[in-house]
Amino acid sequence: MSSKKIRIVVAKPGLDGHDRGAKVVCRALRDAGMEVIYTGLRRTPEEIVNAAIQEDVDLIGLSILSGAHPILFPKIIKLLKEKGAGDIPVIAGGIIPERDIPKMKKLGIREIFLPGTSTQDIVRWIRENFPASEKK
Amino acid sequence: MAERKPKAASLEASYEKWKKTKYRRAGVDACLPKKAFTTVSGRQIKELYTPADILGSDYLKDLNYPGEYPFTRGVHPTMYRGRLWTMRQFSGFGTAEDTNKRYKYLLSHGQTGLSVAFHLPTLMGIDSDNPLARGEIGKCGVAIDTLADMEILFKGIPLDKITTSMTINAPAAVLWAMYIAVAQKRGISPKVISGTIQNDILKEYIAQKTFVFPPRPSMKLIVDTFEYGAQEVPRWNTISISGYHIREAGATAVQELAFTIRDGIEYVEWALKRGLELDDFAPRLSFFFNSHNDFFEEIAKFRAARRIWARIMRERFGSKNPRSWWLRFHTQTSGVSLMAQQPYNNIVRVTIQALAAVLGGTQSLHTNSLDETYALPSEEAVTIALRTQQIIAHESGVPNSIDPLGGAYMVEALTRDMEKEAGEYIKKIDDMGGMVKAIELGFPQREIADSAYQYQTAVDRKEKIIVGVNAFEMKHEPIPILCIDEAVARQQLARLREVRRSRNQARVRRSLAELKKAAADDLNLMPYLLNCVKTYASLEEIMDSLKEIFGGYQEPIMF
Repeated sequence: MSSKKIRIVVAKPGLDGHDRGAKVVCRALRDAGMEVIYTGLRRTPEEIVNAAIQEDVDLIGLSILSGAHPILFPKIIKLLKEKGAGDIPVIAGGIIPERDIPKMKKLGIREIFLPGTSTQDIVRWIRENFPASEKK
Repeated sequence: MAERKPKAASLEASYEKWKKTKYRRAGVDACLPKKAFTTVSGRQIKELYTPADILGSDYLKDLNYPGEYPFTRGVHPTMYRGRLWTMRQFSGFGTAEDTNKRYKYLLSHGQTGLSVAFHLPTLMGIDSDNPLARGEIGKCGVAIDTLADMEILFKGIPLDKITTSMTINAPAAVLWAMYIAVAQKRGISPKVISGTIQNDILKEYIAQKTFVFPPRPSMKLIVDTFEYGAQEVPRWNTISISGYHIREAGATAVQELAFTIRDGIEYVEWALKRGLELDDFAPRLSFFFNSHNDFFEEIAKFRAARRIWARIMRERFGSKNPRSWWLRFHTQTSGVSLMAQQPYNNIVRVTIQALAAVLGGTQSLHTNSLDETYALPSEEAVTIALRTQQIIAHESGVPNSIDPLGGAYMVEALTRDMEKEAGEYIKKIDDMGGMVKAIELGFPQREIADSAYQYQTAVDRKEKIIVGVNAFEMKHEPIPILCIDEAVARQQLARLREVRRSRNQARVRRSLAELKKAAADDLNLMPYLLNCVKTYASLEEIMDSLKEIFGGYQEPIMF
């Protein structure tokens, strides 16, 4: 009955330094019993993908404000596929205009959490969508 | 004193009696959640404030008249009767041409000062053609790579008649040099230009995180601007010591107040160590605060800030010049308080926050636009934000009397409590060996992250209600938002290529080499920076030259 903890890398692509949301989410996930690896600020798509592979995570969480998501998110998804890690799901949060959401989801971003989302909703979403990794 | 005691005792006794026999009997507090009567910062608020709460207060010593030490009621004797606050909307997007057009629009609609938002690559000291700038060009502000961009940005704008605020930190000295160079090229003396550079690197390490060099060489560069400004650009505010970003990162009102003032102390101490004369540079120090939703706590914070700074300058540093005692400040309404859900509600939030700033005696004000949780503001949204200020100024009647809430039991009690609590934080940081030391230890960063998490937890538990987010929810139609065309990036890259091609390369290389040598020799770098920008050396070339001497910086990762 030993349960494997969900491992998640929380990353901040883009040049902005707005890390309040990322840090709050990191703490909430950790308090919910997940293993959280935070990359720190201004990570390039390459660095994020490498961190996810090296840390053998179940999930990648991206936090962004700068407006560079239309360039950076596709790059991250593409790199994951190229490195044979296209099965690692990616979720995102931050300042992302609603009209960009369908495009981002089509690209392969599994879920996008907008400002005002409760940290508990994020925890719940992860548990509901990844029940398997918790009961292994 | 002997005769005041019975009065104090009887006031307190009558209050206790009222509370026990009338208020408590109604049982109000017992049926509500514990956090029902706390501020957005978690401060417990009493059910009623009475003269008993401000018994020790001395009007002339603690409040005094506007324009009189310790300036609790305002730095100017006439305040808004003499001159309204400056309505200064922070803006910048796309290319220099795009933003120049927006500035002319804002000036023609009654805005009275400019405030430049730079895009992230500029804030980080890199050029638009750096691979890290991909996707960022012109997004969060205007793209400025070289003096050529700056010339276009201010084209047709009279630099001798308006004041310009530039939100720039790690590369502040370089962008300031560009502004001075634009003025000089138009035959305007640096002695007459006026404005502000934010130039506050300490709060970058603490909160906003757009740092480039390590803390100590960054402080050197800032003291260079103080020294140069005092001599050559005397009407310029060489720093805007900012609590805004500290608050946005999650600090409480008191943490914002305390860390900002302690940053101010740090800058003064470093400048004194350089040998600068206190009353030469101190009058040019200015401040920048956040105005959040909690109305009275914010007003008290502004009033406390003035009183604390005046006392510190006079008592701690022994300043003789009353202008050095003034805490003059800009205010921006709170970005994090804006919500994506039902975004038109944000107009109301901004109005409350703007009113608090005015009642707190701000010198200038930026009101956020309703659509800023999505993107940079549209022209319509920014107009509503400006109109909000104009309605407060011209219709509300609030500016008619100076510090109209002065003497209110609650406001005075909060002002006093916040001064005391900020003082405790300042003492703690003094004991650590100053703010640079405290930052190196991660102290303010950790305090802020804790507060941010506590607040979010309270919101998640609905102990704090956010209208439209965790209560009164409903669907809303998407609102129109500003979209930055990718063509902006192409235009900016083309101009940068053209500037690099057409400039005198030998002059560029020489100016950069001279800059590096001056940095290694620990000289004041402002004249060298001016020289560099005039050769059309790019921002990144200049910053990289300095990085060779100063080194770079990575913050410790913690959450």
